[in-house]
Amino acid sequence: MRITEHPVRQFERGDLVHFFYNGQKLEGYSNETIAAALHATGVRRLGHSPELHRPRGLFCAIGNCSSCFMTVNGQPNVRICVTKLENGMCVEEQRGKGVVPT
Amino acid sequence: MLISTGIPTKEDLGRVMPPVQRLAKGPVAMAECFQKIPCNPCAASCPVNAIHIGEDINECPTIDFDLCTGCGTCLTKCPGLAIFIIDESRGDTTALVRLPFEYLPLPEAGQYAMCLDRAGKELGWFKVARVIRGNSRNLTHTICVEVPRELSMEVRNIREGSYRNG
Amino acid sequence: MIQDAEILVVGGGPAGLCAAQAAAETGAKVLVLERDYAPGGQLVKQTHKFFGSEKQRAGERGFQIGEDLLKEIGTNTRIRIMTETTVLGCYEDGVITALRGNKHLKFRPKRLIITTGAAEKFLAFPGNDLPGVYGAGAVQTLMNVAGVKPAERVLMVGSGNIGLIVSYQLKQAGVEIAAIVEAAPRIGGYLVHASKIRRAGIPIMTGWTVKQVLGDGQVEGAVICQLDDKFQRIPETERKVECDVICLAVGLTPLTELCWQAGCEMKFVRELSGHVPVVNDNLETTRSGIYAAGDVTGIEEASSAMVEGRVAGYAAAESLGHSPEIAAQRREEAIGDLRQLRAGPTGGKINAGIEKMKREGGAVHVNLYRYSH
Repeated sequence: MRITEHPVRQFERGDLVHFFYNGQKLEGYSNETIAAALHATGVRRLGHSPELHRPRGLFCAIGNCSSCFMTVNGQPNVRICVTKLENGMCVEEQRGKGVVPT
Repeated sequence: MLISTGIPTKEDLGRVMPPVQRLAKGPVAMAECFQKIPCNPCAASCPVNAIHIGEDINECPTIDFDLCTGCGTCLTKCPGLAIFIIDESRGDTTALVRLPFEYLPLPEAGQYAMCLDRAGKELGWFKVARVIRGNSRNLTHTICVEVPRELSMEVRNIREGSYRNG
Repeated sequence: MIQDAEILVVGGGPAGLCAAQAAAETGAKVLVLERDYAPGGQLVKQTHKFFGSEKQRAGERGFQIGEDLLKEIGTNTRIRIMTETTVLGCYEDGVITALRGNKHLKFRPKRLIITTGAAEKFLAFPGNDLPGVYGAGAVQTLMNVAGVKPAERVLMVGSGNIGLIVSYQLKQAGVEIAAIVEAAPRIGGYLVHASKIRRAGIPIMTGWTVKQVLGDGQVEGAVICQLDDKFQRIPETERKVECDVICLAVGLTPLTELCWQAGCEMKFVRELSGHVPVVNDNLETTRSGIYAAGDVTGIEEASSAMVEGRVAGYAAAESLGHSPEIAAQRREEAIGDLRQLRAGPTGGKINAGIEKMKREGGAVHVNLYRYSH
């Protein structure tokens, strides 16, 4: 859920953009990260651990911990907490370690 | 114990409370700041130099209650939101408690707010006498509540959001 | 192509920006490399007012300090900030490599200032890997930068300044706090922060910790339990807590990879929250010409990080012969400011840590270069 009124901050969210999450069309904003856009729509399970396949979500949100790896526009292992959302982006839950597209 | 609960004890408060005679004279500041931390905006901002911290900014502030005019400048500057202005000079059974507030929505003057003590416990619905908005940079608002005088040393917060019109 | 740089600062957070500003003030040219989209580090998510004195911009909110710093720096032609640039390595010939987009960049600076900051610590308990177990910084990023509510109801773990402040900020964002649990018998952070959230009705439970996560595939609750004075669980004290996020505020640890790689002498100092580079009063490491400032030298408040940045910035400029007298004078002044910030009881731990760091012996010196030959 988005915070509409905040006592201290004003949020400059940028332009409304559309993106695809596991094929489903969702809305977000151009100034936010993929992680923020997903959380705003209630998605917090971002992927699975490569070996035990346990669900994974965010942990650090600043690009340190690698807990938020997803496949973005076919590219695996993208840290979505530090990657800005773009119009038409394809964001997918990743299974396994991912394969770098050739 | 303050260190394990976050709630100052009667003894803690006794050390920083303005004297009864001073409270009866007009608004005065009370700094509920009990721990030595490196901080001095209250002293630096006081227009009448009533707050003393000194060279070592880790010292706790002491307020000269005779110099203090209760203007509330320090209340809006204190990064810890630990300063309150108390006025027991109204000549009736009420006192005014002015407190820092950083939640939304703000109440409007004339509305009633649920007043809380230092543990967040409900003390009752009391009238909001005044709301002073912080400027666009400071953003700390101050709320003035009219409370029974015996609660002037208890009321330290209002519950945000649920305000009554009477 | 290897680009020359006079002073290279790695990390555009509070320490890095202040280092750049100080060095440029005395005439040096500075290049700041920042991995994020915008410089400012974690200041951008600090919505509370900072402590300290006027000199450290006390009373201003963290994000405002960040904005002000960037405004001041923006007008300084001696400072260049490259964002979206991640430093990858530091080589024995003094070359620093970085990645910007898909471009591999190389720099050969005369002086290097490492201001890489810190990372959040973790806590071991069953279910700690499930979605909904978040670092306090992540929660701050979601709510204070993106304006997204990170949860409906949070269990906060840790009562240091971060745990207390983030609880307050969650409340400001309209999120309920079930409780703050603190394993130690005392509140770790500033008591004014504790009192502020206490009077908002948020319980602070000292001597309690999180035992496990409840929920199928994500956080749907938690079990907390009481600890004795030896931090052992007291049987039959378990309680269920309803929450959709467990927020970990159990401390930070210095991000020192570059210091290790540069071959700086390192020491484990508990009071400074991990391995730190051994530095002198000017914050120069044991590798001549390499300085370190801010959380990378030990976890402290952002106000101290900014002053440390100034110390390193002046010292580096001074060593290059830029207005050496003025630089030396301002460096001394900044060292004095640091002493003042750390003079009270809350600075005691840091002072003890610095003393340990400076004491003879105990250093770990891993020269990673030998592996590259």
